[in-house]
Amino acid sequence: MSTIWLIARTELRRMFTSPLAWSLLALVQFILAWVFLLGLNEYLTQVQPMMVGRENAPGMTDLVVSSLFLWAGMLMLAVIPILTMRLFAEERMNQTLTLLRTAPISITQIVLGKYLGLILLLTIMVAMLSLMPLSLALGTTLDWGKLAAATLGLFLLLASFAAAGLFLSALARQPIIAAVSTFGLLIFLVILYLSGNSQGSSSELFKYLSHFGHFLSFLEGIFDSSDLVYYLLFIIGFLLLTIRKLDNDRLQG
Amino acid sequence: MNQEILVAAEGLCRYYSDHCAVDNLELSVHKGEVLGLLGPNGAGKSTTMQMLTGNLAPSSGRIRINSIDLLDEPLQAKRSLGYLPEQPPVYRDMTVTEYLVYCAKLQGLRGDACQKALERALARCGLQEVRRRLIGHLSKGFRQRVGIAQAILHNPAVIILDEPTVGLDPVQIREIRQLIRDLGQEHGVILSTHILPEVQTICDRVQILNRGKTVFNDSLEGGDSLENIFFELVYQADPAAEASL
Repeated sequence: MSTIWLIARTELRRMFTSPLAWSLLALVQFILAWVFLLGLNEYLTQVQPMMVGRENAPGMTDLVVSSLFLWAGMLMLAVIPILTMRLFAEERMNQTLTLLRTAPISITQIVLGKYLGLILLLTIMVAMLSLMPLSLALGTTLDWGKLAAATLGLFLLLASFAAAGLFLSALARQPIIAAVSTFGLLIFLVILYLSGNSQGSSSELFKYLSHFGHFLSFLEGIFDSSDLVYYLLFIIGFLLLTIRKLDNDRLQG
Repeated sequence: MNQEILVAAEGLCRYYSDHCAVDNLELSVHKGEVLGLLGPNGAGKSTTMQMLTGNLAPSSGRIRINSIDLLDEPLQAKRSLGYLPEQPPVYRDMTVTEYLVYCAKLQGLRGDACQKALERALARCGLQEVRRRLIGHLSKGFRQRVGIAQAILHNPAVIILDEPTVGLDPVQIREIRQLIRDLGQEHGVILSTHILPEVQTICDRVQILNRGKTVFNDSLEGGDSLENIFFELVYQADPAAEASL
C-alpha cells in the first residue's frame, strides 16, 4: 500500500513540475468560471423574475449548478486524454518502465499507483470547480444534497475517463496515439448515449453502456446505486485490462 | 571458486514469435565475480539481461537470483537485483536527488537507510556536485552515472549492467571501471559491452554469445587474447551455421 502511495505522490509531483497540470487547471477553471457567470447572469435577469410566485420552481442549484457540471463533464472529454496519455506511453517511449519493473513491486501496484496519482489531480480539479457553486452559499440557500450528488457524479465520471485513458496509454507506444484513441473512445460513449436517446431508434442498452447517461442522473440529484456500480465496474474493468496488458508485455516482449 | 552462487539460469530460451533470440542458455555468477557478456549485435545479450531482471519472461528455463526463483517469487528475488538497462531509466523532469530517493523508496528503503544509501551512491558515482540539477539538463555521461547509481543504490547482491560505459569520457570510464571492480569484490556483477579491452581489465570470466547460444565460457587467465577468441568463434560459426541450413 505504501508503495502505491509512493508512486501516486511521485506521479502527482511530476505532473506539477511540468507546466501541463498548471495550465490545464487554469484553463479549465477559466472556461468554467465563464460558463458559471453566464448561467448565473441568465438566472438572475431572466429566469428568476418568471419563477416568482410559482410553486416548486426550479432553483439556483437546478439551473446554474447542473449546467456548470454538465459543461465540466463535456470539457473533460478533451482534457482527460491529455492527462492520461503520458502515464504509460511516455514511459514506454523513454524506456523508463524498466525502473518500476525491476524494482520489487508488482504490476498491480504500478498501475494502481499511477491511477491514484491521476485521481489526486482530478480531486484537486473537482474541488476547485465546486468552489464556484459553494460561493453561492454566501448569498442564497443551496440544495446541498443535489450539489453533493452532482460533485460525486462528476468525480466518478472523471475517474472512469481516467481509467479508460490509462488503459489506452498502456496500449500505445506514443503519447499522442494514446490521447487520440482515448478521446475517440470517450466521444464514442457520448454518441452511444445520444443514439440510445434518439427518436425512433432509442435503446436502453446503449444508454446503459454510455457513461454519460449515468452522469446525468447524478446531475438531477438522484443517487442511484446502480449508477455507482456502473462506474465502479467501468473503472475496475479498465484497471484489470491495464494490468493484464502490462503483464502480457513481459511475456510477449 | 566454490562460493555461493548468486545467479543461476538453466535452459533459458526466448522466442520472438518464430525467431529464437536466446537458445538454451546456461549462466551462473558467483559472489565476488564479474562476468562479461560478449557477442555481436543481435546475439541475445540484452534479451538475456532483460530475462534475468524479470523484465521479460523466458519462453522456457529457470532463473534463480540469490537462490530465490525469479519466476515463482519475483518480488522476493528482485530485492537482490540492481539493473542498468541500455537506456538509463531516468525521469528527466526530476532532480538527481529526487530521482534517487524515489528509487530507494521503491526498493523499500525508508528514513535513515534511504538517506545513507543516497549519500553512498552519490559518492560512489561522483554525482555530488550535480545532485540538485534536473536530470534532463545533465550530459549523457552524467545521466549514465545516475543510471548506475540507481542500480547500486540498495546494495543488491546481483548487479546487471548493460553497456555501462557508453557515452562516458575517458576519465569517467576509468572511474566506472574501478567502481565495477570494487563492486565485484562483494557482489555478483554481470556486464555486457562491446569494448573488448574493457572486458579484459574488469571481468573475471567471459561468456561469449552468438545467435543466442553460448560459444565460449571461461576465465581469461593467460592464453589467447580475447580478440582472437572472439573473432574466431563468431566468424567461424557463420559458415557452419549457413551450411547446416
